Amino acid sequence: MSDARAAILGTLRRTRDAHPLTPPPSDFAPLAEKQWPPEERLPRIRRLMEAVHTEFLEATEADWPTVVTDFLTREGAATLLYAPETIDGAVLANAGPGGSLHLIPYDRPIDDFKQQMFEGIDAGLTGTLGAIADTGSLILWPSAQEPRLLSLVPHIHVALLRADALYDSFWQAMRDGRWADGMPTNALLISGPSKTADIEQTLAYGVHGPKRLVVVIVR
Amino acid sequence: MADHAAQAVNFAAASKAALQDSELRGNFRRAMDGLMTKRAVQFADGQEWHRMRALAASVRLRALSKLPELLEQLETNLTRNGIQVHWAATTAEANAITLEIMRKANATLAVKGKSMVTEEMHLNAFLEDHGIEVLESDLGEYIVQLDGTMPSHIIMPAIHLNTKQIAHLFKQKIKDAASTGEDAAALTDLARRILRQKFMNAGVGMSGVNAAVAETGTLCLIENEGNGRMCTTVPPVHIAFMGLEKVVEKLEDVPPIISLLPRSATGQPITTYVNMISSPRKEGEKDGPREIHVVILDNGRSSVYADPELRDTLRCIRCGACMNHCPVYTKVGGHAYQAPYPGPIGKILVPQMEGLAKRGEMPHACTMCNACVEICPVKIPIVEIMGRLRVEAVRPGTAVKDAGAQASRTEALVWKGWAAMNSSPLAYRLATTALSTVGNAAPASLPLLKDWTNVRSKPRFAAKTLHDLARKKGIPDV
Ligand code: SF4
Repeated sequence: MSDARAAILGTLRRTRDAHPLTPPPSDFAPLAEKQWPPEERLPRIRRLMEAVHTEFLEATEADWPTVVTDFLTREGAATLLYAPETIDGAVLANAGPGGSLHLIPYDRPIDDFKQQMFEGIDAGLTGTLGAIADTGSLILWPSAQEPRLLSLVPHIHVALLRADALYDSFWQAMRDGRWADGMPTNALLISGPSKTADIEQTLAYGVHGPKRLVVVIVR
Repeated sequence: MADHAAQAVNFAAASKAALQDSELRGNFRRAMDGLMTKRAVQFADGQEWHRMRALAASVRLRALSKLPELLEQLETNLTRNGIQVHWAATTAEANAITLEIMRKANATLAVKGKSMVTEEMHLNAFLEDHGIEVLESDLGEYIVQLDGTMPSHIIMPAIHLNTKQIAHLFKQKIKDAASTGEDAAALTDLARRILRQKFMNAGVGMSGVNAAVAETGTLCLIENEGNGRMCTTVPPVHIAFMGLEKVVEKLEDVPPIISLLPRSATGQPITTYVNMISSPRKEGEKDGPREIHVVILDNGRSSVYADPELRDTLRCIRCGACMNHCPVYTKVGGHAYQAPYPGPIGKILVPQMEGLAKRGEMPHACTMCNACVEICPVKIPIVEIMGRLRVEAVRPGTAVKDAGAQASRTEALVWKGWAAMNSSPLAYRLATTALSTVGNAAPASLPLLKDWTNVRSKPRFAAKTLHDLARKKGIPDV
């Protein structure tokens, strides 16, 4: 349909040149000013995310695998999908499964185990790149090692958040991390478990994505 | 589109029917009141609101000022990232492109996240005619599709129905719905189970685009349910549909839009998911679609762009807040407009897309109260554009399709008479004297008068004209 392309761009160019538009300057100050003292960021993130049913656990670098597996066992989860090629994944595998929880590595293309992914997995574990104080959001850049569906298909998404990786705003995280220099296949902000209000404005959690989001704060 | 053009859509009749439906009116009233309150809480800081919307408006205006260049840059960067770009001048072309992609992929089932552009295209009906099943996966869209109707709101498609009505619909249409009762959570869970099967099996996933970043070749989608992520991650092929105005220049331009859109739309600080896609599955990655296609649709947008005043219509980020605040929309609901975009933005956009012969009534369905202009996060002068379209509707011209289609001889004659009366002091004096002496004798049922007096009392002429009174006070005529 290159005819359409030429026609569309031709019209746009011709009419824009006939009536050029001078936009006002973009003043990003109202975004830059969204700042919180470091000690207020985590409580704010927690408050905003808890307001949309996110659950929080506290842990250390030494005990988070136990905290996660204990929690999931308690909640009756039988299977935990994880990313064996990441550092966190290796640490988890080393610690071994707790109780009756089965650890399932996400180590092959989804095409080979779609059915199991959709029907046989209770929980998925991912890391995060940090969290955003302004809106209460986790930042995830899924990768070849830590695939996209880990945080989407399992009923419970468990996300590790390092307590020192906190940003004021999405804008700040994007600038500090120089995202524009190279975007990954997929970048995500996640601010709670999946939800809908499409039935008469009544909030219901767990529509198509995870029913529960559990953030483990690792200090 | 030429094939279903020109048959005028009767908004007045449809809204009359809607006004009689007290259940419908109750559903809208409750929903709109709730949405307005929640939005107001998000923008309690008036300073922040004013500065943020100035920023968002500048982002959109900058994009429009460089629209052709940015679309080319977007295409270059998407292509470099491995995403295939298609251009469609009309909805028919966009449908044909979609069908071809589906056929190449051997797909007979598509799952779709929310996309208003595909509503413009009537894509579902088109693909179904070609033996392809398209399943809407946004819960509201799913409900509307089950019901065989169309969305009544661009953000909350099923807002015209209450829980009871939805429960009844599910019971009628879904086999194992018997046990869900009238509980929103149980109904949602049922939809979850059904749709998960579909996500797993669909050959193609479809989505809209909230913003496309020229600088990086990135598609941004925001949503709460996770269905958008499902549609763009699970099926082997992803097709994204965007109106050509959806491009922004820089990645940095996305946060202002993400900050204002959900707050304006539903009063939440952010949607559950912000999903930024820059490439199909790369070598070594374990999931994600192997192919991504972007369909860039014109469908009249380039003509909207051509006029420097009407161009502002294209700033829109589709937050739906103007609907929530519109006294007309709130009373008649979304279906009365019989258009993919109802409410204030619909009233200015749809007539420009589909022409004033078909949509000449739409710009008149407005009290010009300015509520929409006050809350629009990108400061679109909706009411000014509405006024301009009213003029276009009666004056033959080239700016808008079918301009002049609503021109009426009687109306033109009345205004001519009015002008003549007001441009001659003698005619003016004669006419006003006549009206103040015998004007009140005119029955309310006179043909033209009737349209007004039907629902209002007939105004009374004063016994003395203002000029008489002034003259009596010694104020001279000039
Ligand atoms: S016109 Fe403004 S308020 Fe209405 S949907 Fe578009 S951006 Fe939102």
